[in-house]
Amino acid sequence: MKIPNFVKSLLVGLPVGVTILDTVGYVARVDGISMQPALNPDRESTDYVFLNRWAIQTRTEIERGDIISMVSPKDPEQKIIKRVVGIEGDIIATLGYKREVVRVPEGHCWVEGDHTGHSMDSNNFGPVSLGLVTAKASCIVWPPSRWQYIKSFLPESRHPLNNTVQ
Amino acid sequence: MNRVFSKLMSTLGYTVQYYCIAHCTFQYVANIVVCTGPSMEPTIYTDDILITERLTLNYRNLQRGDIIIARCPSSPRDQICKRITGLPGDRMITELGRSSIVPRGHVWIEGDNRSNSSDSRSYGPIPQGLIKSRAVCKVWPPQEICSFTE
Repeated sequence: MKIPNFVKSLLVGLPVGVTILDTVGYVARVDGISMQPALNPDRESTDYVFLNRWAIQTRTEIERGDIISMVSPKDPEQKIIKRVVGIEGDIIATLGYKREVVRVPEGHCWVEGDHTGHSMDSNNFGPVSLGLVTAKASCIVWPPSRWQYIKSFLPESRHPLNNTVQ
Repeated sequence: MNRVFSKLMSTLGYTVQYYCIAHCTFQYVANIVVCTGPSMEPTIYTDDILITERLTLNYRNLQRGDIIIARCPSSPRDQICKRITGLPGDRMITELGRSSIVPRGHVWIEGDNRSNSSDSRSYGPIPQGLIKSRAVCKVWPPQEICSFTE
């Protein structure tokens, strides 16, 4: 039996492509206002970010201030993009969570949207397991006017309580 | 020299292709898992080999009784093998005897060996996003070959 050439290249090309998207990273559109002003700063423009999978697979530890994408703990079919505010062991002063102060358990992190009050984040569902983290957002690739690397940044007021110098 | 080089390149090309095909198969179709630990006895013992699949794994068709492979909630590098005993909305009993309702998007997992298993009874419900695959059958040891999907 002769397999047509284009079928053959598809059979090989598809797994190669999928593997690259899985291990290196991919570009995704950011929906919603929860990360304003860092992403989607105004209503008219929609940012596309490069989600770096490599960074998550090669080193486990994510740092405070990183913007990451993760599977929503409330709905496994939804991906959310948030900023890491606390890593394991940190003591976080929460904003409207059921407890005022939370210690982030082992293997978990505390994530928040930059747009406080308009974001579905750890203040709503608590600390999340690192196993849900899929990628680190490393740069904004579209629109061209917004092209930039995403800087790791954490506002002074959101530093963990056990880390602030008194 | 040139022939050696082109031979090398084509070998490299094939290696990459096979790696990618294997990656996609293990990631999206089926996988082979060797289990360790006593938590699923008497269903699964240490060094038993399972075939797991994720082709038909849909978060809407998870069922109580499914044996699943998930990432450990407290150490994402490790994987755990447990049985789903509660779905969202179910009322479950924790280790301390308190009752807890499984929230939306989560499952309650327990080991079959209830006296020696660290599971949802101690750390609570886990997000469904941590589930990686569902066990289909046991293929090793040969005298215990069986299917888990009835």
